[in-house]
Amino acid sequence: MDRLLFLFATGLARGAIFALFALSLVLIWRAARIVNFAQGAMALVATYAAFAVTGVTGSYWAGLAAGLVAGAAIGLGVERGLMRFTPHSSPLSGVIVAIGLVMVLQSLLGILFGAQYRPMRAPFDDSPIMVGGVPLLSPYDLFVLGVALAVMAVLALLFTRTSLGLQLRASAFAPEVSRVLGVRVGRMVTIGWMLSAAVAALAAMLLVPTELGLNPHATDMLFVYAFAVAVVGGLDSPVGALLGGLVVGLAMTLVTGYLGATVAPIGVLVLLVGVLLVRPGGIFSLREARSA
Amino acid sequence: MSRLLPSLRGIPRTIVLGAVLTVFAIGATFLLDPYRNFQLATVAAYFCATAGLTLLIGRSGQLSLGHAALMAAGGYGYALTANAMTDAGVTGIPRFLAGMLAAVVVSAALGWLLGLAAARLRGPYLAGVTLTLVIAVPAVASVFSGVLRGDQGVQIAYDGVPPVLERLIAVEQWQAWVAILVAGVVVTALAVFARGPVGLRMRAVRDDETAARLNGVRSGRVKVTAFTVSSVAAGAGGAVLCFATQSVSPGAYTLAFSLLLVVAVVLGGLGSIGGAALGSALIVLLPWLLAAGTAALPLPVELAQRLSGNLSILVFGVLLIGVMLVRPGGLVSLRRRRPSRSSGTATAAAPAEQPATTASPPAAAAAGARHP
Amino acid sequence: MSAATRALRGALEIRDLTVGYGGAPVLHSVGFTLAPGEVVALLGANGAGKTTLLRTLAGLVTAASGALLLDGHDLGALRTEDRARRGVALVPDGQSVVAELTVDENLRLGALWRHRGAARERAIAEVYAMFEPLARRRASAGHQLSGGERQMLALGRALIAEPVLLALDEPSLGLAPLVVAQLMGTLRDAAASRGLTVLLAEQNVTSALSIADRGVVLDLGRVVADAPATILAADETLRHAYLGF
Repeated sequence: MDRLLFLFATGLARGAIFALFALSLVLIWRAARIVNFAQGAMALVATYAAFAVTGVTGSYWAGLAAGLVAGAAIGLGVERGLMRFTPHSSPLSGVIVAIGLVMVLQSLLGILFGAQYRPMRAPFDDSPIMVGGVPLLSPYDLFVLGVALAVMAVLALLFTRTSLGLQLRASAFAPEVSRVLGVRVGRMVTIGWMLSAAVAALAAMLLVPTELGLNPHATDMLFVYAFAVAVVGGLDSPVGALLGGLVVGLAMTLVTGYLGATVAPIGVLVLLVGVLLVRPGGIFSLREARSA
Repeated sequence: MSRLLPSLRGIPRTIVLGAVLTVFAIGATFLLDPYRNFQLATVAAYFCATAGLTLLIGRSGQLSLGHAALMAAGGYGYALTANAMTDAGVTGIPRFLAGMLAAVVVSAALGWLLGLAAARLRGPYLAGVTLTLVIAVPAVASVFSGVLRGDQGVQIAYDGVPPVLERLIAVEQWQAWVAILVAGVVVTALAVFARGPVGLRMRAVRDDETAARLNGVRSGRVKVTAFTVSSVAAGAGGAVLCFATQSVSPGAYTLAFSLLLVVAVVLGGLGSIGGAALGSALIVLLPWLLAAGTAALPLPVELAQRLSGNLSILVFGVLLIGVMLVRPGGLVSLRRRRPSRSSGTATAAAPAEQPATTASPPAAAAAGARHP
Repeated sequence: MSAATRALRGALEIRDLTVGYGGAPVLHSVGFTLAPGEVVALLGANGAGKTTLLRTLAGLVTAASGALLLDGHDLGALRTEDRARRGVALVPDGQSVVAELTVDENLRLGALWRHRGAARERAIAEVYAMFEPLARRRASAGHQLSGGERQMLALGRALIAEPVLLALDEPSLGLAPLVVAQLMGTLRDAAASRGLTVLLAEQNVTSALSIADRGVVLDLGRVVADAPATILAADETLRHAYLGF
């Protein structure tokens, strides 16, 4: 029972990170109608930047800030320098270009930094707090939960209460009509990418301190988990990303807790296939796919 | 390809062409040294997989990022059956054929299951699921480590040159022959399949699934068939690879390798079997060239270590992006005259009398425009 | 800006416009002008090219040759959103209401680049005053509105940015006659009070000509008639030949 509680608590914290990353995928999907398979690699580059800044300045917070800025910059660079020129004749071309980008980014990181694992220090204690003799969340887990909730709240406010948010939503829902109304849709798409990449970078930076260390493949599984979250929650739905993140985080932590870490990919696969067989568009998907 | 053998048409021509090219390739093995023949065998094995994959992506519009897992299924099927045969005292050709049969059956089964899932999924979702599948390969090997032996994989008995040819050719050449023969059979079968009525339905489904269904095409069934067929091809390739290397392990079928298969297919030209051949050669030869090149340069040891492996992936990533942006048709499209690109804005606004809609455009509506 | 000053702006010259989709021309050397403050009905059967002309005007379609001049300035180089900011307002049909946003958000979207703060709220209030049913439904999502309400919203959303040229694409489509009459009335009043130049593409010939100064008839992408509205309304041969009744 103790173990269950502990796993439950850890699962929540882990789920919050997945939810954040999935939210970044939702943002991109809404802004550009693609699943950005390069999201993990982009977030990883930002995390390396954060690591480097922390190494130089000795401050975790400076590194975090640098990572967010780097994330936004990468989003800008990828959108303006690459995605803009990608032919949109089929949804596959975006995925294939993203795969190419993953290969480029990961190999560059490997060449520049090598394959060794570089441990990232967490700003708070990583060991669980004891509540009535039961280990639950650690201070770091609480920090992660807090940051995730805060970011989601800020994004929700941005999108529903500000003019920028209105333009972002309109550009995603109805790009042509928005242009006719004078909205600079191209700019909105770019901002969407920057926002999404920054959120993904944040999720990666929250995750890596809990893993063995920073390395060129540190975000592979994160992408897979977040993809599963986006599938469970539906790529169209931010609320779905939140709920989906919690579900997947809990499920995966329980699976790895009781069956061991190597089983994790199989667990995700089963979850993915299960959900997609039942609801090909994800559980919370809003739009019915066009069909005869 | 229609300039060769113009007198024959259709399926007989495809078969003859396949036979001729196979004989040609086998002849070529006499001109190559052992290491080259080993590379040729590898290329042939990859070709089985890429030929199937290029048809799957290019002609039926389903993007699989996990085809390495299907090759692995074939490889393990072959290895386990070959070992069982060896334990039963069977060797030589019967053992090989039994292994190939098992590989084909296993990969077909896995491909069929995947196909069932794939038929219900839109492009990116399918890509994500196949990605997860290939990442799960080491996990599967480790969970079923009793049979699959986890990370170290399964080894098989060495299959030497048959006594009849022992004095004529070396073992690498023999392996190349076997690989080429299997590839010849598999790829010719694929080509025949693609020319047939199912191939036509595949293209219809790729271009506009809803329209195809309205025309009576059972799109689900077509997609599943396409997936199963390409999986069989991949499984055959995996089996051949196992035959040539005498082992199969999760390390040989990584995510990176699976992505490399996609690179081969895109660089060569989606939907084109000739392109798949070019691509397979490219993914074997280019890394070898790069490794030779960097070995020749005076580099500090650590840098050289970091470059190995990563450099070829970097180059392939850049090539992949470059091709998608500049020449989505791949290498084979260099031979064709380029049709003039229609103006982006006019085609984007195409349904003239219909109002601007708020819904996003149907996903695969214009896919046909880009693929050969 | 007073209506008198505004009347000097909004002159549109369509010069020798040819538009095609990959080889098949939809508009052939179309040319006519709109004087500032004029209401011109663009008529023609389905497929005549009315929507294509309006979309080319808005910048959603690129012309193969010819020019569009607003107050003497060539619109050709401008993107859609910049043409909107120059005062060209396209009102696509009611389907163009953004279904996922509320009525209020739709209006606000149209006003964003034009007004800030209190001026924005005033502009929105003015539209609600003009279209009373919208005021009652301001929190409803776009997909919950009736056809007439959607058309009102599309029109209000275009007017809120204070354009100089208003181009409407078959606003009466799918609406009941009473609603159409009300809409046309509101359109005429709004245009007159703001000195707007209006290009009204319609299949509903009678209601269009009833508020128009002039009519231009398109047939298979060419201009076949360009005359004052009263004359067109009376010309039976023309009506039979090109307008189907």
